[in-house]
Amino acid sequence: MNLLWVVLLPLIGTLVPLFTERFGRNICTLSVAILPAWSLILVLMFAGDIFDGQEIRQSIAWIPAMGLDLSFRLDGLSLLFLLLILGIGLLVILYARYYLSAKDSMGQFYAYLILFMSAMVGIVTSNNLIQLWIFWELTSISSFLLISFWSHKSEARKGARMALTVTGAGGLALLAGLLLIGNIVGSFDLDTVLSSGDLIRSHATYPIALTLVLLGAFTKSAQFPFHFWLPHAMAAPTPVSAYLHSATMVKAGIFLMARFYPVLAGTDLWFIIVSLTGLITLLIGAYVALFKHDLKGLLAYSTISHLGLITLLLGLNSELAAVAAIFHIINHATFKASLFMAAGIIDHESGSRDMRKLNGLWKYMPYTATLAMVAALSMAGVPLLNGFLSKEMFFSETLNQSTLGSLSWLIPMLATVGAAFSVAYSLRFIHDVFFNGEPIDLPKTPKEPPRYMKVPVEILVTLCLVVGIFPAYVVGDLLNVASLAVLKHEVPIYSLAIWHGFNIPLFMSFMAMVGGATIYYNRRHLFEFQSHFDEPDAKQIFEGVIQSIVRGSQKVIDTLENGSLQRYIFLLLLFTLVMGALPLLDLTQNTGSRAQIPLDGVTLTGALLLILSAIATVIWYRRRFLALIFLSVVGLIVSLAFAQFSAPDLALTQLSVEIVTIILLLLALFFLPQNAHKESTNRRLSGDLLVSGLLGCVIGTICFAMLTTPLNTISDFFIANSKTGGGGTNVVNVILVDFRGFDTLGEITVLGIAALGVFKLIAKMRIFMPTRDDKGRAWSNDPHPMMLEMVSQSLLPLALLVSVYIFLRGHNVPGGGFIAGLITSVAIIQQYIAHGVMWIKPRINIDYQWLIAGGILIATATGLGSWIFDRPFLSSWFDYFDLPWIGKFELASAMLFDLGVYLTVVGAVMLILANLGKLTTSERIHIKEND
Amino acid sequence: MEAIYAFCVGILTTCGFFLVLRGRTFTVVIGLTLLSYAVNLFLFASGRLKLDSAAVLGQSAEYSDPLPQALVLTAIVIGFAMTAFVVILAMRSRADQGNDHVDGQIRLPLNQTHISDKRNG
Repeated sequence: MNLLWVVLLPLIGTLVPLFTERFGRNICTLSVAILPAWSLILVLMFAGDIFDGQEIRQSIAWIPAMGLDLSFRLDGLSLLFLLLILGIGLLVILYARYYLSAKDSMGQFYAYLILFMSAMVGIVTSNNLIQLWIFWELTSISSFLLISFWSHKSEARKGARMALTVTGAGGLALLAGLLLIGNIVGSFDLDTVLSSGDLIRSHATYPIALTLVLLGAFTKSAQFPFHFWLPHAMAAPTPVSAYLHSATMVKAGIFLMARFYPVLAGTDLWFIIVSLTGLITLLIGAYVALFKHDLKGLLAYSTISHLGLITLLLGLNSELAAVAAIFHIINHATFKASLFMAAGIIDHESGSRDMRKLNGLWKYMPYTATLAMVAALSMAGVPLLNGFLSKEMFFSETLNQSTLGSLSWLIPMLATVGAAFSVAYSLRFIHDVFFNGEPIDLPKTPKEPPRYMKVPVEILVTLCLVVGIFPAYVVGDLLNVASLAVLKHEVPIYSLAIWHGFNIPLFMSFMAMVGGATIYYNRRHLFEFQSHFDEPDAKQIFEGVIQSIVRGSQKVIDTLENGSLQRYIFLLLLFTLVMGALPLLDLTQNTGSRAQIPLDGVTLTGALLLILSAIATVIWYRRRFLALIFLSVVGLIVSLAFAQFSAPDLALTQLSVEIVTIILLLLALFFLPQNAHKESTNRRLSGDLLVSGLLGCVIGTICFAMLTTPLNTISDFFIANSKTGGGGTNVVNVILVDFRGFDTLGEITVLGIAALGVFKLIAKMRIFMPTRDDKGRAWSNDPHPMMLEMVSQSLLPLALLVSVYIFLRGHNVPGGGFIAGLITSVAIIQQYIAHGVMWIKPRINIDYQWLIAGGILIATATGLGSWIFDRPFLSSWFDYFDLPWIGKFELASAMLFDLGVYLTVVGAVMLILANLGKLTTSERIHIKEND
Repeated sequence: MEAIYAFCVGILTTCGFFLVLRGRTFTVVIGLTLLSYAVNLFLFASGRLKLDSAAVLGQSAEYSDPLPQALVLTAIVIGFAMTAFVVILAMRSRADQGNDHVDGQIRLPLNQTHISDKRNG
């Protein structure tokens, strides 16, 4: 489990500073360092095995069903990066202790930093593509937090946003690329992927996968044309720059390329994209760095340039070049991290990073100056320092390629030019800052920093020297195993010696030195030349692009989501029309083989009546009362249609629902305007008519096709078992209360909830009660005509009797709880209409809410009752009994269930209608506002 | 008979959608009611059309498909509950907003600000 701890320890460590911050800076720093240090020790313990050529793997099941494991590996490449991440990370922790001021929240800073560290450790040890990507995104997020650490500064926020946008977008591309690779290989396991190089390279989607993965790598490693975010990320505190922007995060892209080198490299496409991108980045970075007046700006562009160099090496498709690339990863990390730290010290102690003000600091901080100069010379590639070694390897590799054909000589030449600029900006860093006269107008008098702030720089600079002088002893093994992990087989023979004799690379180095010195000497002319160009401000361009994207999105949103329900429904219908009509276009016929029923006169008359009424409803929809009358005609014909086509239960239900619906709408119309003005433009009306007309055609066609297709149904089961299993001959009712009883239980629950919702809505309604109709006529002053009172009163017992009859017979012939409930409701409503609320109140004193609750309770209890007999929920039981005078009759548990349905229906309908009706009287219900 | 049935479903769908696309709550409710007729008829049609064959055992030689009927039966009742809910919502909206537009406010063209409509009150 040790390998897992390498990742887990820093991850746990993220929380440590949040707890130890209160104990003071030293204790906080110390506590923060413990877990990463522990992790580093674990890594070092593994180092021996790695040097022996082993690779260590560990995985635990995460989501086995999806083939996702938490899977880790440690090979040479991981080891190299782990040493950089954890080693430099520890130095940065120490450095930040002195860098951060008392105003900065140390705990927060360390938490972000360690989170970032964990994410990096996760990337380099992941053995699963998806897992790798998750850690990859975590670095984007944590670097966003780190760059924007001084969130009160606008440039910090903007820089952080830019970094997050660019690297985040690259991360998405990477995810797509990794998914493609996983798809090609059939596994997200890195081991499997790495051993499927030929499969991937020969696959048709290889170019796409390669491009996507490289997009991820290039954005992260600030390669042209995505390099612009890195200089703006310099708004971060300097420890962050030293850590993220020299040694770790920007190297994540390089790591990715190195990691996938065995599977993605080796093709012309790889060469062209990677090497050319690297070359352009190398040149642009080196050139621009010279003109930056900001110390960190210079270092940022220098970083871009060196990352370009590494990318170029990886792109050369040569094994020795890959070795050189890995070597330069180490060297660049050491000298650039120390340079950033030195820049931070200078900034910290003098209050400025502007090289036009910073001059002659040698006198004030000789010790720091010496360290910085050694690091800068290493950056320039001066012999006896590590930068020289990898640069020599780089030069000799540019000579050993012939990939541009007869133009191949361009690459070494341009490499030398880039190196010359590198020398020039290094010289500028040294000369401008530490010599060149006296400081100008500095906020503070420069002095040496606290003792321990220099320790990290000392360590790194020592490494530059030691590696530079004894390369084979110090990094030989590490380089060897890391190269082995990248190349996957034999490492080519290379020599880490300082002196290789007089050869072309040495000559190129010499040319670069001379050229750099010349460039720097003539810098005034160059600066003057450069001042003729407007420097494009990446921040403004970037913000501009983002703004225009936002504006574009806003426009789309405003068009689609303008707050108008009509627009939404129109778009929805349009979409439905397109989706519904398209498949129909492919259909060759719309008539199935089922025999059709011949049309008869009565049916035709009914259909014509329905059609005319529906159209009339539409024509007079603004005269609402009239529309309602036509609507009720439609409803009646629909119930007749059900009766006609052998669905008596439906006919009865539709008929009674029709009555309550029309009463409901009439009541509503009392409160709503009875007539409406013409609002829609003719254009809109015709558009709506067109869309709804076409939709009607589509639905009608589908309906016709369905009607003429032979029936293939599961209902035979219900018909066969209705009597024997459910004890009833009315199959529809048996389905409702028995076969699909659970559905019905759900449905009456919905019914109850809807009714309660209506009740709540009515309870707080403050609606204006009109006393006259819209023509100014007063409502009748005789609301309860005597005839109606008398007739309805005598009808009530009859109606109730009918509903009991319908209820009881429902199991065997059309009827049942639903229909009986509706009939009862209609009977009671009739009393309300005839007599008014005041009259009803003392006579029918039922709380309809309790009726609903009781109904659902009875239905549920019936279902639960079957548990007593060890049967599944809602199993039904029935038997036949003989009673004198009455004869043989049946008792079924389904009847009890149907009683629940009956009560719920009555309760729900009455709760809705009675309370709505009460709104028209002084008996309005009132609920306290605070309930 | 099938053709005229399907035609009726189509007409009801068209009328329903057209009214649903209007801007006033009551009209939308009427449209929804028409639509629910169409939907119920459509669902019912999935059991095909049969004359004189109610799904009551022993009363006819062959039976119509009872399953769509059972589904439609509950759909009718729930449809009523939903209609009621929407109607009351519409009333509540008029009570709280002062107008009966589906958006709760009336949009007037030519830069006029939104006003409440109490003309019809």
